[in-house]
Amino acid sequence: MSEPQEIILIGKNELVGIVAGLFAEGHRLVQISCTTLESSYELNYSFDKDYRFKNLRFTVTQEEEIQSISVIYPNAFLYENEIHDLFGLTIKNISVDYHGTLYHTAIKTPYSIENCPVPVPPKPKAEKPQERGEPEANQQQPEASKQPEE
Amino acid sequence: MKSFTMTKTVIINLLKGPATLMYPQRKRTFTPITRGKIEIEYVECIFCGICSKRCPNYAIAVSKEKKEWEIDHLKCCMCTLCVDVCPKKCLLTDNHYSPLVTEKKMGIYKLGPAGP
Amino acid sequence: MGRRTIIPFGPQHPVLIEPIHFDLVTEDETVVDAVPSISYVHRGLERLVEKRDFNDFVHIADRICGLCSIQHAMGYCQALETVMSIEVPERALYLRTIWAELGRITSHIFWLGVAADGFGYESLFMQSMRLREAVLNIVEETTGARVIFGVCKVGGVRRDIDPETLKGIVQRLTTLGADLEELTAVFINDYGIKHRLEGVGFISREEAYTLGCVGPLARASGLDIDMRTIGYAAYQYLDVEPIVEQSGDCYGRCLVRIREIFQSIDLIRQAAGKIPDGPIDVKVKGTPNGEYFSRVEQPRGECIHYVKGNGSKFLQRFRVRVPTFTNIPAMIKVMKGSQVADIPNIIITLDPCISCTER
Repeated sequence: MSEPQEIILIGKNELVGIVAGLFAEGHRLVQISCTTLESSYELNYSFDKDYRFKNLRFTVTQEEEIQSISVIYPNAFLYENEIHDLFGLTIKNISVDYHGTLYHTAIKTPYSIENCPVPVPPKPKAEKPQERGEPEANQQQPEASKQPEE
Repeated sequence: MKSFTMTKTVIINLLKGPATLMYPQRKRTFTPITRGKIEIEYVECIFCGICSKRCPNYAIAVSKEKKEWEIDHLKCCMCTLCVDVCPKKCLLTDNHYSPLVTEKKMGIYKLGPAGP
Repeated sequence: MGRRTIIPFGPQHPVLIEPIHFDLVTEDETVVDAVPSISYVHRGLERLVEKRDFNDFVHIADRICGLCSIQHAMGYCQALETVMSIEVPERALYLRTIWAELGRITSHIFWLGVAADGFGYESLFMQSMRLREAVLNIVEETTGARVIFGVCKVGGVRRDIDPETLKGIVQRLTTLGADLEELTAVFINDYGIKHRLEGVGFISREEAYTLGCVGPLARASGLDIDMRTIGYAAYQYLDVEPIVEQSGDCYGRCLVRIREIFQSIDLIRQAAGKIPDGPIDVKVKGTPNGEYFSRVEQPRGECIHYVKGNGSKFLQRFRVRVPTFTNIPAMIKVMKGSQVADIPNIIITLDPCISCTER
């Protein structure tokens, strides 16, 4: 049972402009989330109006700075502080800035690329991949060792 | 103006009886499918170790050479995943909870070839 | 311009069931600002997807929170089933809905008890818990445990309920409904409770929308946002109307939750009448490759589960956005300008579930 959901890829600098347009149209901010990719991070902003779900998505690297949208949507400050604490990205001009004290964890940025590398996806095969008995902590070695040559 | 409202409440409460279970005079009745603790039929076990690898809490430890199977009852969260994946179906769910202990290491229940 | 003092609220407080901390900046009895601080129970559950394969992770998703446990598992399973294009049989959808509504009744009665305890009405708290026992017994007879249900799995459900048991459940819930009428009449009509709740913590409709409120908090201010109308699980076959109040204060939120209990009992009766026969699960083949946002209505609001798979047995990313996390900024806005003695009332009507917030 799935509903239609849109994902729109934008550039980092167009973010505030598009968000201001959505605010004027009456959307509400649902969530801001972050995923680690090979060597960059992918940010995903979700909006909703009348149960239609819309996502804005763009990619940043560790060094880039992102402009906060808490000027437009005041409730964005919690999400942006969480992303700063867990992933280590810099977001400037957040309306309420905790400077890293929102989450107290044993290691500094537990979800960033150094601490949590993206697993290598298995190579696609013609037939079904074999079921393996033991789980692995990180998919460092892909299942190429058991696959026949294509 | 209402009168004797409190008396009515008092009489109703006295006639209804206690609201609690009156444990330990009356024991709690467990249902047949209550997830209490995990038990094993030791003679059927082939020590493959699948239950130990899939356990979300690492509560089971299996040793193939020494033919030992142990479970830490205090770590087990009763998800019954091990019961579902055991290939010989020798793990069972008992519907009474594991007994109370006073130290953390007393919760470990170990079965070896010589007995528990 | 009075002198400002800072009063720490929490993490230990008689009103709170889970630890959360607010620093209240007050001027003589009126709160001027509030700074929240979370992460007392942060367990880092989102990183466990690297170590447990996607079928086993349902058991961890169940245990993110105790009160909303079945809805977390349902949201996770729905997200995976959409990514892997699995058709769940209809009987499983109805069973999931029945358990989800039972979970909602449990959570709301628990909230009534904790709220009564917060105002000081301790015996009302005990009466609510006594009525909750009836529901917990039903849950234990059908799933095996009282709090963490453990019945959802990817592709269906793990247990079945036979038709006689379903009829028995509906009858018991009807008797419970009669007892609940008596209990909730106290909440609705008592002069003391009304005096403490009316006019306190007011959020207007526009503020609630721009601040991103969800759940009973938003519905009490006049917004009719209820994810069940999207029609996931078996809600597409049942008749669900969001319950909306216009008053926007704590009393309105209390009324919304009370009416939702009776709506849930009615939904279970509808579902038990319409449930079809058939299998309860399908076999799961393959591995997830793709991403999806799955939206579920928990007792506290709208919850979003984001799942991303890259073709291997372990998911690449799993993210949960819980309703309490979204309601915190609204709460801070409400706390500014209210009296210090009203702060516990406001926080209880927010219904914080902190172990969800910091999974």
